Amino acid sequence: MMTNLPKTAAETALIRQFAGLQQQGVFPPDTQRAGFLPSLPQRQAAIAALGAHGLPTRRLEAWHYSDLRRLLPDIAAFSDKIDGVELPPLLAEAPVLTLINGRAGEAPNSGNKVFKAISLAANSEAETQYAGFDTELEDKGAIISQINTAFARDGWHIEVAAGNKAVIELQNIQNSGQSHSRLAASVGKAAQLTLIERQAGDNQASFLSFASRLELAEEAEVTWIIVRQRGLNAAELNRFQAILGQKSRLRLYVVNLGGQLVRQEIHVDLAGEGADFQLRGINLLAGSAHTDNTMVVRHLVENTASTEIFRNVVAEQAHGVFQGMIRVAQAAQKTDARMACNSLILSDEAEFSARPELEIFADDVACGHGATVAEIDHNHLFYLMARGIPEGAARILLIKAFVGALLDELPENLAGALHKVLAAWLESHFTAA
Amino acid sequence: MLEIKNLHASIAETGLEILRGLDLTVQDGEVAAIMGPNGAGKSTLSYIIAGREDYQVTQGDIFYNGRSVLAMDAAERAALGIFLAFQYPMEIPGVATMEFLKVAMNAQRKARGEAELKVPEFIKIVREATAGLEMDMAMLKRPLNVGFSGGEKKRAEILQMALLQPKLCVLDETDSGLDIDALKIVADGVNALRAKTRSFLVITHYQRLLDYIVPDRVHVLYKGRIIKSGDKNLALQLEQNGYADIIGAAE
Ligand SMILES: Nc1ncnc2c1ncn2[C@@H]1O[C@H](COP(=O)(O)OP(=O)(O)O)[C@@H](O)[C@H]1O
Ligand SMILES: [Mg+2]
Repeated sequence: MMTNLPKTAAETALIRQFAGLQQQGVFPPDTQRAGFLPSLPQRQAAIAALGAHGLPTRRLEAWHYSDLRRLLPDIAAFSDKIDGVELPPLLAEAPVLTLINGRAGEAPNSGNKVFKAISLAANSEAETQYAGFDTELEDKGAIISQINTAFARDGWHIEVAAGNKAVIELQNIQNSGQSHSRLAASVGKAAQLTLIERQAGDNQASFLSFASRLELAEEAEVTWIIVRQRGLNAAELNRFQAILGQKSRLRLYVVNLGGQLVRQEIHVDLAGEGADFQLRGINLLAGSAHTDNTMVVRHLVENTASTEIFRNVVAEQAHGVFQGMIRVAQAAQKTDARMACNSLILSDEAEFSARPELEIFADDVACGHGATVAEIDHNHLFYLMARGIPEGAARILLIKAFVGALLDELPENLAGALHKVLAAWLESHFTAA
Repeated sequence: MLEIKNLHASIAETGLEILRGLDLTVQDGEVAAIMGPNGAGKSTLSYIIAGREDYQVTQGDIFYNGRSVLAMDAAERAALGIFLAFQYPMEIPGVATMEFLKVAMNAQRKARGEAELKVPEFIKIVREATAGLEMDMAMLKRPLNVGFSGGEKKRAEILQMALLQPKLCVLDETDSGLDIDALKIVADGVNALRAKTRSFLVITHYQRLLDYIVPDRVHVLYKGRIIKSGDKNLALQLEQNGYADIIGAAE
C-alpha cells in the first residue's frame, strides 16, 4: 500500500539543501574523491531515494517507536561558521581526531606510528572504487545511510596495522547548523583499538548524520565507546556498522546523555568463527529527549557469541527505545546470544520501550532475552537515608550503582573516566540536597 | 531523651494498626531493652523511630530532645543522631561499602556543619573500627551487604554505628544470626560506645544478649503496647517463665 503523504518541512529542506549544495559545486568530483566518499551519481540516487520514501513513520517496523515525520519537524540549515572547539579527551593520553561542524581538523602528530589517520576531504588522491559504506537505496528504513550518502563530505579513515595497539578519541562537535560525516576504521590481525567516539554539542538547534564502519581482522580486539553529550535541540542520526572476522572481539559501549532526537543504529555482522560481540548501553534521559537505540546483530557462521545489556534511567518526559534484533543464520550453529534491558523509570511521563526480537534459522543455539522496568527501590532508599544521606544524594547513589555496574568490565582508566561523565550528568540533572 | 507518647501507627498500604498506644521513655545514657514475642511490633517501632515511610502514625507523637521528629525524613533524623541497626540489613548492589561509608559520614558531618573527612583520615578511622570488630577491610570493597553472611551483616551494622557515633542507637535483634563468639564481639562494640550522652534501645527476642549488654530498663512489648516495665531482673524472669504470665496479666 502506498500513501503519498505531503512532504514535511524537514523533507523539503533536505531536498532543497541538496540542490543548493550541488549547485555550489561542493561535492568533490570523481577525479578528487576519497574512496570512502560517495560519487556524485551515488549522492543523486540517494537523495532521489529519500525523496521517494520520505522520512520513516511508525508504520515501518524498524522505526516503530521513532516516527521521524513527527519527531523531526524541521532541520537546522547548513552554516559555514566553525562553531565549537575541541574538548579535553576523556583519556588524557588519547590523540584526538576532530570533526567540528562536519570538518576534519588536523591529523594528530604524525610521529604516531601505531595508527594511520587521514581525513577524507584532505585525501585528494582519486579513488575510483567506492569503499564499504552501505547506500541501501531500496530500503525505506535505511534513511541514515541515504542521508549520509547524499550529504557526507568529510570524516576520518583510521587504520591500525596488524599487531599494533592504539587509543584514539574522535570528537564530532556540532553546536549549531548541520553536518554529515563518516568514520572508516580497519583493525588488522591481532591489533587492538580503543576508540572513543564523542558526540557533543551545546543547546543550539543542530542536525547531523554520522556513519561509521569498522572492520576487524582475525583476532583483532576493539573497545569502541560512543559517548553522546548533546544539547536540548540537537538531532543526531548515527549508524554504526561492524564486521567481525575470525576470533575477533568487539566491545561496544553506547552512553547516551542527551540530545533532543537521537537514533543510534548498530549493525553488527559476526562473519568469522569464534567472533564475539558485546554491547553495553547506558541511557540517562531527561527533559523531552527521545533516544532510540536500534540494533541488528547477524550471526552468520558457527560458534559466535553476542551479549547485549542495556541499563536505562528515564526521567521527566523522556522516551528511550531499545530494539534489539538477533538473527541467527542457518549455518550459525552453536550461537550464544543473550540480551537484557533493565530500566529505571523516574516519572509517570517517562517511558522506555524495549523490543527484543530473535530470528533463528539454526537449531543448536542458546538465545535468551529479558526486560525489566522498575522504580528506585524505596527500601534501598530508606537504608541509605537512615544513615544520614539526604534523599537526593541517596537517589543519585542508587542510580549510579544501577548504570555504573555496566562499566565494571572495562579497564580501570576507561571506567573511571566514564563514571565521572555519568556522575556529572546526574549531579546536573538531580539535586543532591 | 526519647519520649514516645500514645503512639498509634498502621501500615500505610493496608491501614492495619500495629502500634496501639505505645508509651516509652529512654533517658540519655540509658540502655533500655525491648522484649516481646514475634509479631509484637518491635521492628515496626524501630522503623517508625528511624523514619520509614511505609507506616502512618495516626495518633500520638515521638519526641527526641523535646522536638517532635514525625515531620522529619529518615536522613534528617539520622543527622540528629538517631541510628537503627537493622534486623535484616539490606543488600544494595553496585554501591561499594567503602564508598557508602564515606558518603554517609560526610553527609552527617555536613549536616552538623563540619568539614568533609580527608581520605587518609577516613581510611584510618575505618581501619581502626573494623579491627575492633574483627572484620576484614577487604570486605568493604564489596557492594553493601551483598553476599555478606548473616553475621557479617550484623557486624557491618555495628561498624556503621561505631563510625557514625550516633546519640540514640536502636538495635533491632542484632543478636539473631550470631554465634556466641560473634555475639561477644558485637556486645563489646556496643559497650565501648556506652556513654552518658548516648542511649540505646536494644530490641531482642531472647534474654541472651542482655547477659552481655546489661540494660538499665526492660520493657515488654506485646500487641503494639508496652505491657510491663522493670529493671534487668524482668528479663531474667521472662527467661524463666516465658511471656505467658505477663501477657495473661495484661489481657
Ligand atoms: N509491611 C508489612 N506488611 C504487612 N504486615 C506487616 C508489615 N510489617 C509488619 N507487619 C505485621 O506487623 C506485625 C508486627 O511486625 P514486627 O514489627 O515485624 O514484629 P516483631 O519485630 O515484633 O516480630 C506482625 O504481625 C507483622 O506481620
Ligand atoms: Mg522484628
